[in-house]
Amino acid sequence: MAERAQPVSQWPGIGAAALVAALILGTLAAVAARAETSGGFTSADWAALRFTLTQATMSAFFSVALAIPVARALARRRFRGRRALIALLGAPFILPVIVAILGLLQVFGRSGWISDIMGVFGLPPIRIYGLHGVVLAHVFFNLPLATRLVLQAWQEIPAERFRLAAQLGCNGMAMFRLIEMPMLKRTLPGVLAVIFAICLTSFAVALTLGGGPRATTIELAIYQAFTYDFDLGRAALLSALQLALTAATALVALKFSRGDGFGTGLDRALRRWDGGLPAIDTFWILAAAVFLMLPLASVVISGIAGFFDMPAIVFRAALISVLVAAASTAVLLLLALPMATAAASGRYGFVELSGILGLAASPLVIGTGLFILIRPIANPTTLALPVTALVNAAMALPFALRILVPAAQDITARHGRLALSLDMGKWTFFTRVLLPRMRPQIGFAAGLGAALSMGDLGVIALFADPQIATLPLQIYRLMGAYQMQAAAGGALLLLLLSMGAFWLLDRGGRWHAEA
Amino acid sequence: MLKLDCCVIENGNFTLSADIQIKVGTRVAIIGPSGAGKSTLLETIAGFRDLKQGQIFWNGRQISNLHPGKRPMAMLFQDGNLFPHLTADENVALGLRPNGRLTKEEQTQVRSALDRVALHGMGERKPSELSGGQQSRVALARVLVQRRELLILDEPFAALGPALKAEMLDLVADLVAETKTTLLMVSHDPQDARRIANQTVLVADETVFAPTQTEELLENPPPSLRAYLG
Amino acid sequence: MKHLLIAAGLLSATSAIAADKPQLTVYTYDSFVSDWGPGPQVKEAFEATCDCELNLVGVEDGAALLSRIRLEGENSDADVVLGLDTNLITAARETGLFAPNSVSADFALPIEWTDDTFTPYDWGYFAFVHKADATAPANFRELADSDTKIIIQDPRSSTPGLGLLMWVKAAYGDDAPEIWAGLSDNIVTVTKGWSEAYGLFLEGESDMVLSYTTSPAYHLIAEDDGSKAASAFDEGNYLQVEVAAKLAATDQAELADQFLQFMVSDAFQQIIPTTNWMYPAVTPAEGLPKGFDTLTVPAKSLLFSPDEAAAVRDQALAEWQNALSQ
Repeated sequence: MAERAQPVSQWPGIGAAALVAALILGTLAAVAARAETSGGFTSADWAALRFTLTQATMSAFFSVALAIPVARALARRRFRGRRALIALLGAPFILPVIVAILGLLQVFGRSGWISDIMGVFGLPPIRIYGLHGVVLAHVFFNLPLATRLVLQAWQEIPAERFRLAAQLGCNGMAMFRLIEMPMLKRTLPGVLAVIFAICLTSFAVALTLGGGPRATTIELAIYQAFTYDFDLGRAALLSALQLALTAATALVALKFSRGDGFGTGLDRALRRWDGGLPAIDTFWILAAAVFLMLPLASVVISGIAGFFDMPAIVFRAALISVLVAAASTAVLLLLALPMATAAASGRYGFVELSGILGLAASPLVIGTGLFILIRPIANPTTLALPVTALVNAAMALPFALRILVPAAQDITARHGRLALSLDMGKWTFFTRVLLPRMRPQIGFAAGLGAALSMGDLGVIALFADPQIATLPLQIYRLMGAYQMQAAAGGALLLLLLSMGAFWLLDRGGRWHAEA
Repeated sequence: MLKLDCCVIENGNFTLSADIQIKVGTRVAIIGPSGAGKSTLLETIAGFRDLKQGQIFWNGRQISNLHPGKRPMAMLFQDGNLFPHLTADENVALGLRPNGRLTKEEQTQVRSALDRVALHGMGERKPSELSGGQQSRVALARVLVQRRELLILDEPFAALGPALKAEMLDLVADLVAETKTTLLMVSHDPQDARRIANQTVLVADETVFAPTQTEELLENPPPSLRAYLG
Repeated sequence: MKHLLIAAGLLSATSAIAADKPQLTVYTYDSFVSDWGPGPQVKEAFEATCDCELNLVGVEDGAALLSRIRLEGENSDADVVLGLDTNLITAARETGLFAPNSVSADFALPIEWTDDTFTPYDWGYFAFVHKADATAPANFRELADSDTKIIIQDPRSSTPGLGLLMWVKAAYGDDAPEIWAGLSDNIVTVTKGWSEAYGLFLEGESDMVLSYTTSPAYHLIAEDDGSKAASAFDEGNYLQVEVAAKLAATDQAELADQFLQFMVSDAFQQIIPTTNWMYPAVTPAEGLPKGFDTLTVPAKSLLFSPDEAAAVRDQALAEWQNALSQ
């Protein structure tokens, strides 16, 4: 087929994708090039691979399976505080790992709230440690993301389709088959792939909730290769394995998520007519809220005592984190928007693939690789913040793309012909049509990126300058100095900042743009 | 003159061949059975589809390799003719300057185009705040300011009621007459063709037949058209 | 934008002034440089004597610190590395990147110290910390036979975790696998680092947590809380000795020696107990801070020499992994 005229240009997006690929593969190559040994896989590595695949597959499956009814309930119901609930549901995703672990175990642990309640009835405490614990923790982290992504796809179905179906007298099940099933078929593979990739690189969560060395993941093996064995060759090899697994998953997901958009819709507010049983929706919303909120509540409760008693240095760290998050969000959008645009004009595979690599890249490998690359040119410590912003952006990129690409595709499909026939320039289409039409998605992606960057320890630990510490790093330092209460206060502050950034940006995108 | 010179269009598993000429200033209806390729033909002329063989000329100039926006034609689609997030004013303005800000003078042009289609004072409204007929009028106002020599309609009024559709067609007829524009329009309804088009092109049996006088064609339809008209 | 430029100008101006003085760069672990660690006080105290600028650069932990030095090799910016322990010394020595020094001090270590390259600055006993009112098992076998729940750290990612690995190996040798097998049902979970483990213990997830005998001192001195205690095991408790060394390729050899000598002086040593929460390598003239006298002191201390530690490390890790992966 001949190349048809496109209303948008692919090249900036391809350039951005190449840049991201260069960052991830270049740092990997830099690490490999420094290897003194050629390091092969050990039998322990294969065991780690097996465990990693098992837990990531199960985590992705359960996160997505549970996200479907929750997202459907949220899409169908309108109630007071719905938006706040959706925003709050996103919180686990952006918590620093150590805070989330403590929060989760405060609820589900041996002496957690649930075990305490069971104790009242003479029951033994729940056994949380093991594969099921790993999956539970990963569902806690990723259910909100899965729900948001599926909910968004739900909301992108034009209101007209639901009206049509309602007019045809479709009940809940028929409407599901007619409209929602095709949407899910298109959306779920991508969501599954993203969560699978996130869980692939899990380390501290998998180890702690897994209860011991049988829960060794590839990421832990990479860490071990780096610091315990100083075997850069093996670290690079394991990291390449992680990348290959993610790339393979992404390719499979892409293959299944091709499909047409939902055609044109006018900007009508989304209303649904398939009542269904409100009790079922209420159940799912409540169940998800309780599951996700309890550990958050424990973070808040533990944090309050220390919150008003934090050293000034914590607020300084908070300010630095906000600045890094702002820079990281800007970089994220600069990369993600052209990439989504290119994906919308047909360069889907390459762009998405290079985007998703950010998930699979081991932060340790990226950080070390950058360190190796930067050191001959400049003092890495002075570049700690820009590097952190860049790496955080690369890590958030896959999420941003999942959010932006479907919207960009739909908008290009809907309005591309008209723009072409008007002889609208590519830049004008980008700024006057694509950007304003994608505002809700851009706000969501930016909010997620900012929140993720805020909560991510990232590579700053590798480049750290004692004077410039981000809030997550400062929280770790507080814990390392026995200051658990101040650390809990810091975690609460971080939670508030992340949620605030997310709410502000997400809200900004949706201002005057319902649904 | 619009000339389709030994054109072959491929769309999936069917091909369409066209070798016709249309004089400047004529109003041509394109009719034919559903699925015969009417829309495919228009999309090809407008540049959204590539030709398999042949060439398209406008007044002797080869246009078949031009970008859709560079062809001397404006097109209205079955749907999606307006950007929902832009006001009527802004939508019309895109016809004048798709890539920039309007001068004062051009703003006046936009307003008078909206006045011409009887949408005085509605420039600030967004499409969702306009009725279907009003949305069509905004699109026509844009066509008006585009000042292209050829107007292509792919049933943009199909969703409107008969009276409203007739009204729109009359408006189109007036507009093309005022601006001496050549009109190509797909139609399902022979009455539409009678109402507005002095010539009609039949698309059937994978062929685009040469234009004939509308009345003549409808009085003595060839077999393929007769089956369609019933 | 203007403000940023002014700020940048000020920053470069201050660094220009600082550049006139000789600079000593010391790589250490992150908790050393944190505001609650010894770093800020050490910097102030040393700069008061040296007419130089001391740059403390924090790297995650001891193992990551050594990796960083190996990564930088002979071009390292570091003049001194502070924060390795006996488990890392042999690997560090084998890099050939470190040079001997002539520091002399009257070390107050439970063992004799003769290494002329790696100089100790503090030490401590690994121990299980528990609630003061709970009865603690007297040794690993008793622990394994009890219902006592413990949280430990992963030896692959944590210094105390590796310490415990060595502890069991030093105490039980070839019987170590059997001990680990016995402990496996006592271990609630294994964490990446000390902070997670200690945090979970404080939340009540376990009866005991692997830490140091000095941990209760923090709660007692800083929080006036005597509710935590550390237990001495009758096999002996394993020692951690933290050391510093000079890089061979340093361009500030003299200043580096000066720093290492300062490190074993009272000015440095008196900072250690209540910031790093370890025993000072040289007891300061005014003795240990109040509260340290209440700490459990194990009757017997265990420590592999660096070479022994390097030799048994991989096997001990494999035994640990096998026993706990069942």
